[in-house]
Amino acid sequence: MAQLHGPTVLAILGMAAGTFATRAGGYWLFSRVRPAPWVSTLLSYVPGCLFVSYVVPAVLAGGPKEWLGTAVALITVRLTGSVIWPIFTGTAAVWLVWALG
Amino acid sequence: MAHSSPATTPVLFTRDGFMRGLRASPPLLIGGLPFGLVTGLTAGAHGLSLLEAGLMSALVFAGSAQLIALGVWTAPVPVTTVSLASLTGNLRFMLMGPLLATWFDALRGWRRWLTLFFMIDHNWAMALKEIEAGRRDAAFLLGSGMPVWGVWILTTLIGHLSGSLVAAGPGHPLFFAALATFIALLAPMWRGRGDLLPWLAAAAVALAVSRLLPGTAWHIVAGALAGGLTGLLCERAKAGR
Repeated sequence: MAQLHGPTVLAILGMAAGTFATRAGGYWLFSRVRPAPWVSTLLSYVPGCLFVSYVVPAVLAGGPKEWLGTAVALITVRLTGSVIWPIFTGTAAVWLVWALG
Repeated sequence: MAHSSPATTPVLFTRDGFMRGLRASPPLLIGGLPFGLVTGLTAGAHGLSLLEAGLMSALVFAGSAQLIALGVWTAPVPVTTVSLASLTGNLRFMLMGPLLATWFDALRGWRRWLTLFFMIDHNWAMALKEIEAGRRDAAFLLGSGMPVWGVWILTTLIGHLSGSLVAAGPGHPLFFAALATFIALLAPMWRGRGDLLPWLAAAAVALAVSRLLPGTAWHIVAGALAGGLTGLLCERAKAGR
């Protein structure tokens, strides 16, 4: 429960440093140098593309169970417009198939 | 309270501003609940101890980046790739910070860097509105961010504990929740047809790199950059026509 492993702590510190670098570094850098328009354009595509890059290989690495869960989650987003309900319905769908199978 | 022009009023950092932020935070707390639970659950599934899961949420304090890093978490931990995944996952902060520069510029020493630490998507948007309304108290960001941080740590711990209660092993359907969270967050990011090619490029590059370098986070970095470049090229091509 309360143990700390060296490599894990190191990874957490690395993640903390990487995240703080974006919070503080962006302000620090771009309040001195105005970002070129192409930098802003490129960065504006990053959030969506980052999520796509995570989701697509992860979904394809799964099986029919995960594909069904993905479909249910997407349909739920479409119907409810919520970012919270799809977590429940998608997971419930996968769980149901898992319990039945 | 006298209203003078924003340009001449100095930026403050007061208890009143902090309290104002605090009062604005409850909706943010409720919206964040499921994400903290999923993050704690996922951290437990990847072998992080309760303390480590709490430490991660306390020090990193960035939901999607934490989930992305946990998604590529293997044993031994790839320290460089998870650090890089966090940096890439939070690149948007680099564009957000400068827009609040009128506040940060006026803060000195620890106040400035501590306030930056508590900047998240939602209170950033609120702070932007505060600035537009001519309000000059930068402690607002701290007051609205700190409760979210506290609840974020708490829900991470609860998520971790509930995972060990269910005694869910690897492959348990409960862990689909992390992926479902991303699918839920991805859908509203679709801005229109202009996103189609960048998203396809990101997917293709991410798939290819995940085959070449399995068990790393490089496919996420590569896909995000490929998508960004594609978007840039598309906009250039459209402007050139």
